[in-house]
Amino acid sequence: MIAIIDYGAGNVCSLKFALERLGVKSELTSDPKMINSCEKVIFPGQGSAGKAMEKLKKTGLDLLIPFLKQPVLGICLGMQLLCDKTEEGGVNGLGIISGDVLRFSNNVKVPQMGWNNIYNLSTPLFNNINEGDFMYLVHSFYVPLIDETIGQSNYNGLYSVAIKKNNFYGVQFHPEKSSKSGSQILKNFLTI
Amino acid sequence: MLTKRVIPCLDIKDGRTVKGVNFIKLRDAGDPVELASQYARENADELVFLDISATEQKRKTLAELVLKIASEIDIPFTVGGGIRSVKDVSILLKNGADKVSINSAAFKNPKLINEVSEHFGSQCLVVAIDAKQIDNNWKVHLVGGKVPTKIDLYEWAKEVENRGAGEILFTSMDHDGTKNGYANKALSKLSSEVNIPIIASGGAGNISHFIDTFTIGNADAALAASVFHFGEISIANLKQELKKNQIVVRI
Repeated sequence: MIAIIDYGAGNVCSLKFALERLGVKSELTSDPKMINSCEKVIFPGQGSAGKAMEKLKKTGLDLLIPFLKQPVLGICLGMQLLCDKTEEGGVNGLGIISGDVLRFSNNVKVPQMGWNNIYNLSTPLFNNINEGDFMYLVHSFYVPLIDETIGQSNYNGLYSVAIKKNNFYGVQFHPEKSSKSGSQILKNFLTI
Repeated sequence: MLTKRVIPCLDIKDGRTVKGVNFIKLRDAGDPVELASQYARENADELVFLDISATEQKRKTLAELVLKIASEIDIPFTVGGGIRSVKDVSILLKNGADKVSINSAAFKNPKLINEVSEHFGSQCLVVAIDAKQIDNNWKVHLVGGKVPTKIDLYEWAKEVENRGAGEILFTSMDHDGTKNGYANKALSKLSSEVNIPIIASGGAGNISHFIDTFTIGNADAALAASVFHFGEISIANLKQELKKNQIVVRI
């Protein structure tokens, strides 16, 4: 069973459907016991960082997530919240991966919205994914290149499109919305 | 590199796809879920569903349709038509819409833009603006382009950006349904006035119109309906031609 952490993030339905298309059942839950007992945990993301952290604190999930031992995949805001701090309202994240989340400069349109190539891919999360494959992204804030970077993209410069530390993975793109390549990445995560 | 997006738009009435020619005459062009899956397979970058029948009674039907679409397609889609409140937005997002598009309601109650972006993030909020040139000035129009206002297009675009819109879908009422090309001059100005992505809408008739709107109009995405629905332009062919013209697209 896959747990999708429920903290009021916008569109988690698509994620559930994407997993269903892979023949996998998932449960949207904020129950710590349930989350703990699932073999994989997905930490989705959409919405604002402040509101998300507020909700996580309310349910105590901010204390649970950093101690999870099974593979955890943060998506979009979920990836950003794995980090220390975000420029989005100066909010503190979960601090699992050290580094700050920054806002794109106004030299480019913000948010970045659409399909961009991903490069310098490592770890089994990117098995059967080609360098330069397209992923769908919608975000105004980004994780710069750090030691934990396992995939890069370019929008007004290189940034982390995927990060990993121990059992924690984060992807800035939406695999559930990135057609066949996105589906492959979800499949890869499920077999980690 | 971030690619330019090609977006088929499906106008929905009573659960079926229709396309308004100058927003008045309607033609049937098929089942929305089937069409959506076909476009996804053809490498459409996103889809837009506009419920032009959106009345209170139809709201539930739309929510159910959104759920069905989300279960079948694996590319992002936007839903618009008759959205008036944070609650309306919440239902559509929960059912699997990635973004919502708000038009008249945002104009009548601009605070709605702030509320939606604060609740769900600006990434999921498209503000649709219909405009028409009156005495050489672009003026915002409401209710599917039927009701003129005194407000300037660029002024309103800046306001929606400041209030938290993530994207602007600009339809030129002067171009919509004409198949004579997009309103590239206005689009280009819009792109320089605001710093959020702009979707061009209204006027697509052939492939060169798409090339022009991405190069001359500086649009981030181009939306079209009938040219796709009736098979006049195939998305695969369109993208090859865009690529030949040095426009970065996802193939």
